[in-house]
This record gives sequence, structure tokens and C-alpha cells, in this order.
Amino acid sequence: MNNQKKIILFSTLLSIILIFFVAKFYYQTRHTESMNDLAQDQSQVYVRPHSPTMGPDSAKVTLVEFLDPECESCRAFYPYVKKIMAEFPNQVKLVVRYKAYHGNSKYVISILEAARKQSKFWEVLEVAFYYQPEWGDHHNPQIDILWKYLAESGADIEKLKVDMQDPAIADVIQQDELDSVTLNVRGTPSFFINGIPLREFDPEVLRKQIQEQL
Amino acid sequence: MYNQKVNKMWFNYRMSRWSQLFISWLISLVATLGSLFFSEVMGFPPCILCWYQRICMYPLVLIFFTSLFDQNSTVIRYTLSLSILGWIIAAYHNLIYWGVIPENLSPCQAGLSCADVNIEWLGFITIPFLSLTAFTLINIISFLILRNKEA
Repeated sequence: MNNQKKIILFSTLLSIILIFFVAKFYYQTRHTESMNDLAQDQSQVYVRPHSPTMGPDSAKVTLVEFLDPECESCRAFYPYVKKIMAEFPNQVKLVVRYKAYHGNSKYVISILEAARKQSKFWEVLEVAFYYQPEWGDHHNPQIDILWKYLAESGADIEKLKVDMQDPAIADVIQQDELDSVTLNVRGTPSFFINGIPLREFDPEVLRKQIQEQL
Repeated sequence: MYNQKVNKMWFNYRMSRWSQLFISWLISLVATLGSLFFSEVMGFPPCILCWYQRICMYPLVLIFFTSLFDQNSTVIRYTLSLSILGWIIAAYHNLIYWGVIPENLSPCQAGLSCADVNIEWLGFITIPFLSLTAFTLINIISFLILRNKEA
């Protein structure tokens, strides 16, 4: 290969890689802008009246989390979210939205919704996450195992079984699904800090982004 | 005499072996980075058929790149199996997209649907269509190189 060809080859390679990164930058800038517009114009997409929340309404920061009780990453992120909520009890309001990806997701969401009627939502969520490796193994899901442990949450199991049949729960899941599409949620957990998506999938970045808003 | 005649045909008119390999490499590079842009930047999750096509496309970038240094037409022996297989999968994927093959017969029931349309430019340019185009072009150039091996 002569020098002229080498120049053609490497300048082409460099320009194409450059185009890739310029396009990436351009796309991300535009995406952030449109998310900011959405956060201002359509705040109801982030928080619906039916959504479970933790923390005061007057909180400066609203942290929206789209989660799936059967998702391992949601489980892994949960302790960090809890730590953040303990650190900023008056400044952060956590809003839980559902995104059902797995086989038993909707079933467990129904249990969570039923738990809200006994004000045991967070306790049941904690139990579900803690024992998730047992009941939510994707190769061998055994949802019955979860029932064994649910008593640990302090919830009334018989009442849970009745309340989880409420047809209104399907509407909640449906609305959350629609909003997740509007918000471009393509995985769980997905966080929005005052409407702005989490910059990087990292618990430290989550904490930093919350602090920036305080 | 015969070779001279062939060389004057439109499709390899003044197109050197190096240029043919260069264009093949360029197509595979653009296809590779394009698919990474769709999945990593725009966040479209690749379905299973997209992954199979990626398996056939990504190695071509490196193989064609290496071939540019010795311009050896034997490289086609190594790339053609990948590019033909990729073309078949891309063709199958497009048939699903167009609804010729029903989705429920495809291997995508669990998880992502291969029939989901993420982008559609000008009404017909979709991601599988781009893939099919890339594999088609690479195959055409490869056959030209094979045909004209002695040249």
C-alpha cells in the first residue's frame, strides 16, 4: 500500500469516527433539551396522583424512579436510593412508577398496590427486593416463594390476596407504561431528578445530581 | 484480451482491487458504527436478529481493514461466508418487518419484538433495511472481486 492510499485510509477512518462522536454530541444535546421542555410543559407525566411517594410534597427535589420489582438492577440500586432518602428526608420526594418487564412483574406490582391499602408499601417492596434472587430467578421463577416471606413485612397476607385482585391496579400499570414511553424509558431502574434523566447509570451520579438541585 | 474487455465494463471500470476492498471496508465500518449509534446513543435495544446480523457485520471491518495492506483477493474467502449469512438473516428480518412472515413464527416472542419499528425514514428506510443494503453491496463487490480474480 503506497502512502497516498494510507492517507486515504486513515483520514477516512478518522473522519468517520469523528462524525460518529459529533452526531452523538448533537443527538444528546437535543435530547436533553427536549427532556427539559417536557419537564416544564408536562409535569404530570412524571408524577400521577396514583403513584406511591415517600417524602414531603414541599421537597425541593422530586426523584422519579421507574422500577420493576423483578429487576435485579432495581434491587441493586435500592439501598442507594434508601440511603439518599435517609440523608435528605425533607428535601427529596421519591415517586415510584412501574415498568413491568418480566413474567411476574405485574403480579408483584399487584401485591405492592395491595400493600398500599395497609400502608405497607415500602415494607413489602423491601421484602420483595431482599428475596428476589429466590423468587425472581429469570430461568426458574417461583413466585410462590415470595408469599412465604411476605409475612416479614408485617402486612396482612389474606388481605393482600384479596386487595391484589382490584381491577384498578391494571389501570395504574397501564398509565405508568404509557408515561414511560413518553419519557423514553428503555430500562429499569430509570431515574428522573426534577424531570432530568440520570446522566450516568451510577449511584454516585444519582446522589450528585440530586445535590445539584438542592 | 478478455481481461481488457472485462475491465471496461461499467461496474469495474477503473476500480482497482484496493478500491473495491476499501469500499467494502467503508460500508462495514459505517454499518457497524451506525448500529452502535442506534443502540448505544439513541438507546434502541437490539433484537435477537439484529444481534445475529451484528455478528456477521462487525468482523468484516477488521478483516477488510487488514486486507487493504496486502490487497489479496483471498480475503473474500474469509468474508463471503459472513456476508452471505448476514444477508440471509437481514433478508429474513426484513420479511418479518414487512409482515410477509408472521411475527409469531419468528424467534422473538420473549423480550423484544423483531417487528418493532424504531425508525422509518422516507417510509421505507428502516434499520433492517439499512442492514440488508449494506450486506447486499458488500456481496456484490465480493462477487466482482471473485469474478475478476486474475486481474
